[in-house]
Amino acid sequence: MSQILVEELSKTYRIAEREAGTLGAVKGLLRRRWRTVEALNRVSFQIGRGELVGLIGPNGAGKSTTIKILSGILEPTSGRCEVDGLTPWRQRIQHVARIGVVFGQRTQLWWDLPVIEGFDLLRDIYSVPQARYAAIRDELVALMRLEKLLDQPVRQLSLGQRMRCEIAAAMLHEPQLIFLDEPTIGLDATSKLAVREFVGRLNRDRGVTVILTTHDMHDIEALAERVIVIGAGRILADGSFAELRAGVLAERRLFIDFAEDAPALEMAEVREVARDGRRLELAFDPRRIAAPDLIARIVASHGVDDIHVEEPLIEEVIARFYDLHGANEG
Amino acid sequence: MSGAGAISPPSGGSVGAADKGGMPGSPRGPRRPSTASRSPSPVGGGYRPYAAVFAGRLQQTLQYRAAALAGFATQLWFGVIRVLIFAAFYAGGAHAAPMSLANAVTYTWLGQAFLVFLPWAADPDVAEMVRSGAVAYERVRPVDTYAWWYARALARAIARVLPRAALMIAFASVILPIVGLGKWGLPPPPSLAAAGLFTLSAIAMALLSAAITLLINVIVVATMSDRGANILAASFVNLLSGAVIPLSFFPDAVRPWLRAQPIAGLVDIPFSIYFGGLSGWSAAGSIGLQLFWIVALIALGHLWLGRAMRRLQVQGG
Repeated sequence: MSQILVEELSKTYRIAEREAGTLGAVKGLLRRRWRTVEALNRVSFQIGRGELVGLIGPNGAGKSTTIKILSGILEPTSGRCEVDGLTPWRQRIQHVARIGVVFGQRTQLWWDLPVIEGFDLLRDIYSVPQARYAAIRDELVALMRLEKLLDQPVRQLSLGQRMRCEIAAAMLHEPQLIFLDEPTIGLDATSKLAVREFVGRLNRDRGVTVILTTHDMHDIEALAERVIVIGAGRILADGSFAELRAGVLAERRLFIDFAEDAPALEMAEVREVARDGRRLELAFDPRRIAAPDLIARIVASHGVDDIHVEEPLIEEVIARFYDLHGANEG
Repeated sequence: MSGAGAISPPSGGSVGAADKGGMPGSPRGPRRPSTASRSPSPVGGGYRPYAAVFAGRLQQTLQYRAAALAGFATQLWFGVIRVLIFAAFYAGGAHAAPMSLANAVTYTWLGQAFLVFLPWAADPDVAEMVRSGAVAYERVRPVDTYAWWYARALARAIARVLPRAALMIAFASVILPIVGLGKWGLPPPPSLAAAGLFTLSAIAMALLSAAITLLINVIVVATMSDRGANILAASFVNLLSGAVIPLSFFPDAVRPWLRAQPIAGLVDIPFSIYFGGLSGWSAAGSIGLQLFWIVALIALGHLWLGRAMRRLQVQGG
């Protein structure tokens, strides 16, 4: 049975438009023009218990709106949504007691308080019994290696340290569902790896359902078995990342280091991408020519020092996907 | 504080944090064991989250000693000026003045002591949350946002008033008589009954102040900015409370209306009760009026905040 059920969910905003310049501002005082923005347009999906789902899409696509509706912050214009049988915005208090939320761009911990005091306050906010709280807190502190951070005021933490604390803070009341809205934004490489590892372990070891939005495709590649792509308020794709890649950008790259200056290859199946001295980079479609055949043909007629095949960068796949669907902002 | 953990090990705990001291946010001590034994209610967790935010904000705000001292100094200065103005006014032959000079002086010192009960602005934390979009986090807490913010506003108002009022009352009712200026000081209430009624009225004053702060908060949520709401609030509150000019000095035609409106409960009613201008049944009736407005404004604010939240647009994506 699915834990999250979303049917035909739509959200429209009315935004006051203003013409440029002083004259425009004055006109706006007299007569306001409203523009309707469709943040979500009849979005439907289901998510099962224990899944780890990545929600991706360009800026302004509707990812955050989706998360905010699912977490009870926003009310949709129309459509149905149930999380564990509750409608988030109607039964908000009951609903939010069972979920955890992390917004990567904001902090839920109290800026001037040491981390541990913030945790204590959350214990009271969620009415977690003390014994239960002590156990889960110690477990999270060990899991996320927060021992040295607990006594520091939040404002003194680095972004990476803070994000680990934020995720722990969202787990203190043991939610079975957690929303992470851009948890790796602005983090350095090490901190990103740490956050990914923690999120993965929460999902694997504790069976927590995770819904993650991100612009870092490596988050998705490392974590999510399932990707929902949102663009311009609609769902563009819903499936595994491998399926997405195959459907969009089958192209592979072949890098060859020749024994002498790279020759001009007269082959219809390949496209030259770049050349640099003895190195040549080719693009080919494995459905037209298999990699071994291509390599065999090149090696047969040229002296080759080294050769390797690469899949296109994950960012390229996604960018191409957005382009194909016209998902980017205008 | 450090003792609490040792006395009640099951609740005080496993981590040494209770002993680290200087902790504004996390309430500890006698309250905890009783809540720990109580099973959390499924919705909202009973009173525990609200008590936690109240205690946290109270302790945090009480730490701002420099602000309290600076506030006291400013309010003392303006108190002296206002007393001098009243003295000049009465010396000019104000025969028909609606209250005696002594009462006007009492009214002034009380006004200075309780000045920061006046809800001139939205809760700065709430304004900042709305501006930054962190208000989204407030909505993912399993609490009634109105009650949560009310507890916060009430704690802040009380914590700001306590040190300032203590200093001001000490100055006006102890120091001034000692230096021989007792005539210009703050005398005690004329009777025990007046003192009791004033205490009740002052409690109502705090509750009313928080209810009005919450209305300003709602305007901030609805308009996404605190500037307009704060300017509007300050002008209404200063005039209608009687903080600038006691309501008794207003013309007969408008005075009954001014006395009936909610903001009169912030200054005019409690202070008139203090010096005996309102006593007996009229004092009880005025406290009843304060209570009526507290209930009415809380109901209004609760309803209005719910509506504003449904139309909330979270800034910054």
